[in-house]
Amino acid sequence: MLSRTFPIRETILAGAIVVLLALIASRFAGFIAPSNLARVFNDTAPLIILALGQMVVILTRCIDLSVAANLALTGMAVAMINVAMPGLPIPIIIAIAIMLGAVMGAINGVLVWKLSIPPIVVTLGTMTIFRGIIFLISDGKWVNSHEMSPAFTGFPRAEILGLPVLSWVAIVTTLIFAVMMSRTPLGRSIFAVGGNPHAAVYTGIDVGRTQFQAFVISGALAGLTGYLWVARYAVAYVDIAGGFELEVVAACVIGGISIAGGVGSVGGAVLGAIFLGVVKNALPVVNISPFWQLAISGSAILIAVAFNASAGRKKGRIILKSAEVTS
Amino acid sequence: MAERAAPVDAPVVSMDAITKTFPGVKALDQVKLDLYPGQVTALVGENGAGKSTTVKILTGIYAPDGGTIRIGGAPVTLNTPNDASRVGITAIHQETVLFDELSVAENIFIGHAPRTRWGLIDRAEMHRAAKVLLDEIGAPFATHALLRDLGIASKHLVAIARALSVDARVVIMDEPTAALSHKEIEELYELIETLKSQGKAILFISHKFDEIFRIADRYTVFRDGAFVGEGLIADIDEDALVRMMVGRAVDHIFPDREQAVGEDILQVAGYDHPTEFADIGFTLKRGEILGFYGLVGAGRSEFMQALFGITRPSKGVTLINGDIKVIRSPADAVAAGIVYVPEDRGKQGAVIGLPIFQNITLPSLKRTSKSGFLQLAEEFKLAREYAERLDLRAAALDQDVGNLSGGNQQKVVIAKWLATQPQVIILDEPTKGIDIGSKAAVHEFMAELASQGLSVIMVSSEIPEVIGMSDRVIVMRDGRIVAEVAGDELTPETLVRHAAGITAAQLQEA
Repeated sequence: MLSRTFPIRETILAGAIVVLLALIASRFAGFIAPSNLARVFNDTAPLIILALGQMVVILTRCIDLSVAANLALTGMAVAMINVAMPGLPIPIIIAIAIMLGAVMGAINGVLVWKLSIPPIVVTLGTMTIFRGIIFLISDGKWVNSHEMSPAFTGFPRAEILGLPVLSWVAIVTTLIFAVMMSRTPLGRSIFAVGGNPHAAVYTGIDVGRTQFQAFVISGALAGLTGYLWVARYAVAYVDIAGGFELEVVAACVIGGISIAGGVGSVGGAVLGAIFLGVVKNALPVVNISPFWQLAISGSAILIAVAFNASAGRKKGRIILKSAEVTS
Repeated sequence: MAERAAPVDAPVVSMDAITKTFPGVKALDQVKLDLYPGQVTALVGENGAGKSTTVKILTGIYAPDGGTIRIGGAPVTLNTPNDASRVGITAIHQETVLFDELSVAENIFIGHAPRTRWGLIDRAEMHRAAKVLLDEIGAPFATHALLRDLGIASKHLVAIARALSVDARVVIMDEPTAALSHKEIEELYELIETLKSQGKAILFISHKFDEIFRIADRYTVFRDGAFVGEGLIADIDEDALVRMMVGRAVDHIFPDREQAVGEDILQVAGYDHPTEFADIGFTLKRGEILGFYGLVGAGRSEFMQALFGITRPSKGVTLINGDIKVIRSPADAVAAGIVYVPEDRGKQGAVIGLPIFQNITLPSLKRTSKSGFLQLAEEFKLAREYAERLDLRAAALDQDVGNLSGGNQQKVVIAKWLATQPQVIILDEPTKGIDIGSKAAVHEFMAELASQGLSVIMVSSEIPEVIGMSDRVIVMRDGRIVAEVAGDELTPETLVRHAAGITAAQLQEA
């Protein structure tokens, strides 16, 4: 019984990551030292968090291109709040970041839900608007590390059990998503809406509202990542994470999340992000030009899509009784 | 009309022993159809009689599995729409298949536009030729007009001009009047006379008897994909034609049902929609099967979707067990105890990608979750209960639903609905497109549901099914309920008369 295709896909991707690591290790053994792997993971954490949000959106047959702009706007906003009120406790900063991000996600969601504008158009528009707002509120100026409070920049780097908080946030988000997607009515609805929207309607699931919820989730995670990003790099400016939304979508696609919706898994999204993270961190180490990095990421996307397309191809009906037993 | 009388000419198109089978269904079985130059032949039959399949074979969209098509006596194969247009067959469809964003002239000449010396489209010549064609048929619009700005009647004219531009010998009109006003229909009749006088053979498909008797010279009747008869319109009356359409040998035994219906379960009153239906009201009793009959497009499915909360009616009241239920969404309807099994189960039924048990529990997630988390054990229990009740054949309940056969997928969809423990189940065309054996199983099952006290609304366009299964039948026409039929009155003739709008008085005359 090989009907559960998700673990197979994930196993293959995990295998690809192991092979990649082995190849790199053959030229530079230090790369696979535990401390370095932890560093790579920490570096990939924002991508993992955003990929999980994007996964939910893609599963409902939408796409969110505004995540990076949302991240940058939230990051700028909380950085400016920190400059204005250095005493504000970090939990409140985080709450503000998540809420701001969720509001921006809700704007996307409402436009898709109530006005039926195609998601790619909506988020392309809001992406530009969010970047514009950053310029307006910051006057195009940077917020630099000396202006931020030590607590603000210290939080993502603080270590718990040997791992930075940033890594822990990615791990906890992954666990929450694993439970949400498999064990809550919302998670089930998200799969149903993407898998067969018509059927979902008759089942009593509101397709538009589910898509709205997906955008809010994606936005909230982008907001959270916005604070973590700005605090980790200790700088906020207009062009932060420029073009990062494409990397996020790429992580999802490599992770086997079907761009047509309805098919995908938390494990896939995380592994897709880690694959890109490894490629990005390893290539400079083994002296491969960053331009090759782009080519390799691009090839990985095409291979992943081709692989998923061939796996999803119709196998034909099971008519023979003998085939039914062995399938 | 004198020229109607003597069909001395040989047919221009002659279909003989045409057979077409789709998986599980024989759509056409050895049918014959002859079309004569300068004459209108009406193809008559119920929904599902095989009229559309015939049109698609004639226009090269489907290839027949057997039989021969002769054009002017010579056998031809029509493998593509291009083949059909090369031999001079052209079709004007119910919903016009033209290009909204192109101009009238471009639509007329698409695919065979006049070329300049350089191989480019000769626009001046194209518009000139289009103008000639439009004048010929008396069309009142410019060749530069965009098609999307025209009404349906004008679009038909464009399609006819296109037919003339390729010098068509055969014009197929598939329910051309369905969306036309009275005046536009009269204009279409005049045009048909013009086409006849030019010697074109016309295949006219319509459900409306007044049109058939007004415009057609000959008729051919199909029933259940088989040829029933043909002849001259002048030699037949409406009553006889209805009998040819519906009369059939008993080829299917319907389950015997004890007609023990209980108290009122569902009361519906005053359902109105601005464009689709008006003034719909009826009562449904416990354990009753209520049939909804009508022609395709009579507004039955549209009303059912409104009742289920998918489209919102501008007004309308629903009572279940005497309590008013406000149904604004399908979720409200499911909560109120109404479920809807839609027509296109492939598209609207199972969620491919989710395993069987998750498909079954999809509308019951509230029941299978505790404090916001789904309980897998509960889900499996619920899924297993209904899978067993429906004798679902699957290796395991966590198998992907996409790996099941069509029949078993359908069981998953029905199990899904039964698991919500509904009081009223709406089945929209429950046996459309499935083979005789599976039909019988669905009918058995429907009878069993009713005997268990479930109230069933069955929307069906198949007369034997409506009569064989229903305790009572509501007939809809043009968005309104026109009759409620039960008991001895429940005959094929009554249903067809009400659905097609033939009054008793008209029948007396005939």
